[in-house]
Amino acid sequence: MATMRTPIESGVPDNKQFLHPLMHKNYGNWKYHDRPRPGVLHHVSHSGDEIWTVRAGTQRQMDLFTIRKLCDIADTYADGHVRFTIRSNIEYMVSDPNKVAPLIESLTSNGFPVGGTGNSVSSIAHTQGWLHCDIPGTDASGAVKALMDDLHAEFIQEDMPNRVHLSTSCCEINCGGQADIAIIIQHTKPPKINHDLVANMCERPTVVARCPVAAIRPAMVNGKPSLEIDETKCMCCGACYPPCPPMQINDPEHSKLAIWVGGKNSNARGKPTFMKMVASETAKACSNLSCAATT
Amino acid sequence: MSKKQHDTPMLDQLEAGPWPSFVTGLKRLAKDSDYMTDLMGQLEHSYKTRKGYWKGGTVGVFGYGGGVIPRFSEVAEMFPASKEFHTLRIQPPAGMHYNTDVLRKMCDIWEKHGSGLIAFHGQSGDIMFQGASTANVQGAFDELNELGFDLGGAGPAVRTSMSCVGAARCEQSCFDEARAHRQVVNTFLDDMHRPALPYKFKFKFSGCPNDCMNSIQRADMAVIGTWRDNMRTDEPLARKWFAKHGMTELVNDVVSRCPTKAIMLKETKDVSKGSKISSVAVNDTQSLEIDNSNCVRCMHCINVMTGALATGTDKGVTVLMGGKRTLKIGDLMGTVITPFMPMNTEEDYEALVDLAQKSIDFFAENALEHERTGEMIERIGLINFLEGIGLEIDPNMVSTPRTNPYVRTDGWDDEVAKINARKAAA
Repeated sequence: MATMRTPIESGVPDNKQFLHPLMHKNYGNWKYHDRPRPGVLHHVSHSGDEIWTVRAGTQRQMDLFTIRKLCDIADTYADGHVRFTIRSNIEYMVSDPNKVAPLIESLTSNGFPVGGTGNSVSSIAHTQGWLHCDIPGTDASGAVKALMDDLHAEFIQEDMPNRVHLSTSCCEINCGGQADIAIIIQHTKPPKINHDLVANMCERPTVVARCPVAAIRPAMVNGKPSLEIDETKCMCCGACYPPCPPMQINDPEHSKLAIWVGGKNSNARGKPTFMKMVASETAKACSNLSCAATT
Repeated sequence: MSKKQHDTPMLDQLEAGPWPSFVTGLKRLAKDSDYMTDLMGQLEHSYKTRKGYWKGGTVGVFGYGGGVIPRFSEVAEMFPASKEFHTLRIQPPAGMHYNTDVLRKMCDIWEKHGSGLIAFHGQSGDIMFQGASTANVQGAFDELNELGFDLGGAGPAVRTSMSCVGAARCEQSCFDEARAHRQVVNTFLDDMHRPALPYKFKFKFSGCPNDCMNSIQRADMAVIGTWRDNMRTDEPLARKWFAKHGMTELVNDVVSRCPTKAIMLKETKDVSKGSKISSVAVNDTQSLEIDNSNCVRCMHCINVMTGALATGTDKGVTVLMGGKRTLKIGDLMGTVITPFMPMNTEEDYEALVDLAQKSIDFFAENALEHERTGEMIERIGLINFLEGIGLEIDPNMVSTPRTNPYVRTDGWDDEVAKINARKAAA
């Protein structure tokens, strides 16, 4: 066997090498900003330097043709520097105000909506879903694409009373995170156990310990060491599935939609808050997908 | 490379509409790739059956125990080409800044070794290089590593961190977020690359209390910028803002939304004097008066009147511990363990690293398996955690005074004397 390459444990790279030169020059010395139009930020430094940022939505899960196109736009219309926001929007920084309009035109004509600033509905923080996750009740990119198609007008304008942050999650572990409005698919039935496979595939004490509500215990089933679930205790979180795939939590029939509202991470005006469930597909008041539209 | 494309009528619908379509991207990749052709086949199959078909396993790179998310298909007999679709989590630069040169190099590497699908970024902040066979993972990592990038965290380990745009382009930045991010996380690379903690441990860095990184709700250790002195004001910008927005907005969106009623609109001639007062004229006769001793640094007025009102200059960070989302015991908000640390000198940044080190050491020693820091603190009590990491208790940590009378007052006078001594020393 050939000698394996030892990794360079370089950790977090130094971001100074990637910064727009004007941002490098004015690092820590910015004075104020305003928004000349939706999707554009204008920052002014104490030194008098000014920088314009154009923000555009992306599909987050990007093929390399898309990334190269975004780079082409940066090289042609911006100064070759970009950054991404926490909501997977891309930002182009330019030092010349005359570059803003052609940049917007190029992004828009290539299908990247310019917006997501101020009192807009910004892009949706989301997860992996059927493309990559092991316990997804739904897809993520597809749901986000469908929602953002609908919310496109709110993304490119700033007509909301305040900024609106959305998230989607494919199960109630909620990787999408806290948001003003979160759309979460929830498992609603305890896992179905394949008792033939548990002994060979699962480290049983680990699985027992993994359960948040102590609903799992070791048991002999059909003469084989397996696990059993107290279904009255189980809250259908799916935490047992990754360490023990024979405890199947994925179930299209019982993956249900829930809407949560009121999460806020900023301290502005009031303390941060956790979102709360206000509607669920299983609740009587709201028995179908139209909840999403009415909440 | 001429495998017939699967029919994907459901995915096809996701090509219509104004938002950029990941399906169009997948199709472009599938055109020349059996790997992505079958990946699309499996995704369409998931849409049809409303079920996911990936399971985990063990895949990694030489020298590391984590950072690669293994995915093996459970329907590989139908879609054999994409039976292995692993993700490399790669740590981004602080603030997620790039130039096009490095992005193009990433694309070239991923075109050679992987699927061509990259997510900027995952929810933990990683650049996710999605889709490589087991055999290709090492080669992809080697080239990304030579480019100056390193794997992130997965499993019971220190995780990839995030920091806001911060000092690079934000006037509200209260410390050097990128420096703190890099210095702290790069201290714990062993705990990131060789998962041996009870469970995950996340750091996040936000430059001000707007907390754009959502650190209070997501990070085991949240580092949030703040300041101690008076807010700064700028009269030309205040007048400019007022001329554009007017009295209605000033009253309804600035004055009346201050959560602690620390702002008043006054006739300029009546503005109070005092060491805790900031004021600024908005027109020829009227001014805003801010009582800094009542200001809780919520950021709202500064967000609305950027530059006209600004953070102070005696800046630093508040450190909170124990934030997390849902599993296992429900949401926990980070709780303040250090009300203020200055962030000016190398020693200040080392003190932050030291606090992180003590917290991780205590977590490693005391948390149960699969228990987050916040859950551990709930179980053992905040006071034991603070003692364990050697922090003095400070009244600024208290969010709400107690609402029940069952309190022991042994040693009361000693504690009062200690607090007074600390106050005198500060």
